[in-house]
Amino acid sequence: MTAIEPVDLTGLDNPLTVGLERLPVHPTSLVIFGATGDLAHRKLLPALYNLAHEGQLPERFEMIGVGRRDKEHSEFRDMLTDSVRRYSRRRPDERVLGGLIDDTRYVQGSFDDDSVYEELGRTLAEFDERAGRTLNRVFYLSTAPDYFPLISAKLGAAGLNEVDGAQTRIVIEKPFGYDLASARRLNAQVLEVFDEPQVYRIDHYLGKETVQNLMALRFANALFEPVWNRNYIDQVQIVAAEDIGIGSRAGYYDHAGALRDLVQNHMLQLLALLAMEPPTAFNAEKLRDEKLKVLEAIVPPSPDEVAQMAVRAQYGPGVVGGERVCGYLEEDGVPSDSRTETYAALRLHVSNWRWAGVPFYLRTGKRLPRKLTEIAVILKPVPHVAFQGHGSVGIQANQLVFTLQPDEGVAVSIGAKLPGTRMQIRPVNLEFRYGTSFLSESPEAYERLILDAMLGDATLFTRNDEIEALWGIVDPILEAWDADRSTPIPQYESGGAGPAESDALVDGGRIWRRL
Amino acid sequence: MRDMLRARHAANERLAPARVLNLVVIVDREWKGEIANRLERAGRYHGSRTILCAVQEGRTTLDAIATVSYDNPEDKLGVMWEKVEIDLGPEHLPALQTIIDPIVVSGLPTVLWSPHRHDDAIRALLPLIDVILLDSDDLPSAADAFERVFSVRDHAYVIDLAWLRTTPWRERLAASFDLPSRLAALGHVEELDIRHRDGSSASALLLAGWLASRLGWEARPLELHQGDRREGNVSNGADEVRILMRESHQEAPGLAGVMVSCRPELSLSLERGWGGLDATEKLGDGTVSRWKILGASRGEGGILGDGIRQALLREPTYWPALNAARELCNV
Repeated sequence: MTAIEPVDLTGLDNPLTVGLERLPVHPTSLVIFGATGDLAHRKLLPALYNLAHEGQLPERFEMIGVGRRDKEHSEFRDMLTDSVRRYSRRRPDERVLGGLIDDTRYVQGSFDDDSVYEELGRTLAEFDERAGRTLNRVFYLSTAPDYFPLISAKLGAAGLNEVDGAQTRIVIEKPFGYDLASARRLNAQVLEVFDEPQVYRIDHYLGKETVQNLMALRFANALFEPVWNRNYIDQVQIVAAEDIGIGSRAGYYDHAGALRDLVQNHMLQLLALLAMEPPTAFNAEKLRDEKLKVLEAIVPPSPDEVAQMAVRAQYGPGVVGGERVCGYLEEDGVPSDSRTETYAALRLHVSNWRWAGVPFYLRTGKRLPRKLTEIAVILKPVPHVAFQGHGSVGIQANQLVFTLQPDEGVAVSIGAKLPGTRMQIRPVNLEFRYGTSFLSESPEAYERLILDAMLGDATLFTRNDEIEALWGIVDPILEAWDADRSTPIPQYESGGAGPAESDALVDGGRIWRRL
Repeated sequence: MRDMLRARHAANERLAPARVLNLVVIVDREWKGEIANRLERAGRYHGSRTILCAVQEGRTTLDAIATVSYDNPEDKLGVMWEKVEIDLGPEHLPALQTIIDPIVVSGLPTVLWSPHRHDDAIRALLPLIDVILLDSDDLPSAADAFERVFSVRDHAYVIDLAWLRTTPWRERLAASFDLPSRLAALGHVEELDIRHRDGSSASALLLAGWLASRLGWEARPLELHQGDRREGNVSNGADEVRILMRESHQEAPGLAGVMVSCRPELSLSLERGWGGLDATEKLGDGTVSRWKILGASRGEGGILGDGIRQALLREPTYWPALNAARELCNV
């Protein structure tokens, strides 16, 4: 007979969760504002299906779509079914899909209409009553950003920002603000209604496996940390290149531009994760504290400095994939005198002990030669080379490259001897690719993030002070660019490597990595 | 094999060999096709190099064929994986390691799955492998199956497919009792009723063993009756917990339903249903509520795939559950 230690169940720790890969998610009602929009159609609804398929939704899960389009409940369910069939990463099991959509509700109305929130309150109460308990509530704002403060305020006015006996959370899509002032305003408006721990600001890049692997690689291996500083690292290049143009997004894009679209959020988040100190624990507050320290250590440029550390440009006509394409100013919906940048490159410095003097180069653009998101950490060259001058490519500085897309993985370039009788060196790669090392399908970032929001884990979401720090870095650049209405915006050829002007940013004999 | 990989890579440099784990499978030759189908249904969780040994009664010679397969997505890295099929006879099994060792990719974990027993082959390969996939529901006696697990535990990390069949049940029970209103009731469980398919008593015992080990119950042997029905009491320190296990007709191996009754007024039952588990909660005041917990069936192929994936992980609660399960079946 085995004597087993009695388990204390008077506390709140659940002994049944030990060792489980999937942690319990408490019963939840999810309300999606903008449920008939593109993001919901392509990402959110398929992500919810995949969570259901894998048995990761809570034991009681209810969903309400809120949208301005006139739809019956049944039409919304049909739309949900269509979204899952078209965009799910796996073929749906019809019985699970049926179970998911079975009692999904749709509330139609304008987001400023009080009756929408009254109807929402009634439906949520009905779900609670049916469950015999108050369900947690997650409000997912997948609408145009102009509606964020309005919806937040209306939820508060309707008393839906909190509920006795359960948790209420609000998930806010990007972009969070248009500049520092609007981000501060939006933070203040949201935080008038919700407490900060209730607010989940999404940056879906943080839900990507490779981004999370940045932390695993840095903090689960002894190999990298000793060289992770200004003594060994010469520069860091972060690139987010796209080979496509703006497509049908002129309305959004011409208002935003490359700096707001990618740099202010995704790319600076990558920089923060790369440069932060090891957190003492992997939880929301500790991790975000460390990221914030990095962001606050990036000194924003003065207006006079912007031209030396930032370059903007627009794509002109060119050839992509063998086909002639038009320039940005000829795209449908783009004003012919638009000064919106489709390319942005920055040189930033993290002014702290670890990174002083190491330039961080960020580059993003549309209609570049190929789609690529990567972080390259380029080390300093070795101090002395005994076997130079033997006619080989020679020794090059080691590079550690994290690729986020298209082939998620990590590569380390090292110098190796060419086979032969002489000591000739060329760089070769040690590579780790997700596809070859795990043979498993990564979940979509939205699956992870929706689940985390329901779990109440904000680790991969952006805190209010982080958002303001992110805007604080790009705001002076935006202001300087907005103020300059006369200098021509450099043009770069579609399908080319970007504007020549950006070459001047990479100083000290450095060059951009080839895309 | 190296030449084949080189040739493929030379023809298409976007192809790279998968390097996850070696999977060695020992099967009776007449069932090779069925096992191959099951491996196929394991989905993306499979060995990056699979070595399938088909044992044929009376065979004295060795034959082998090696193949490289790959997917070749347009805009991404293509992954290659290799398969070696070896036809051999029973006389080769005692020294099987001398055949397999040169074929496995060194530096990767090696997983052994021998669904048709072949104990001499398992013995021969134990020094070579890191992980062994067993299925405690495979043997007629759960007690024997648990002993088999113990006999190899010092040589390899054990993944028990019977344990993996309980995963959704464990996850759902953990989630159901995670609610503050139910958590305290875990200390007052008075009855555990588990129904399982004919031949899946090991899964049922492991689920009971898991609850016993997690909740600090003092496991005691259950009485075994006709029809693989087991019943008896265990102690939670203060009170007795009645445990009942019985067969239930269903096609899929594993569990059919679980009911946990707690003093004074809660019973929660989970039943296998279409598209997930059907949950029923009964309270002391007579309130009954029912709902569906969504989740697609993994099928036996999916469970095997999960087993292969688990080879890269370590599960801390299996051994305590197994120990308790052994007590419950008087091993």
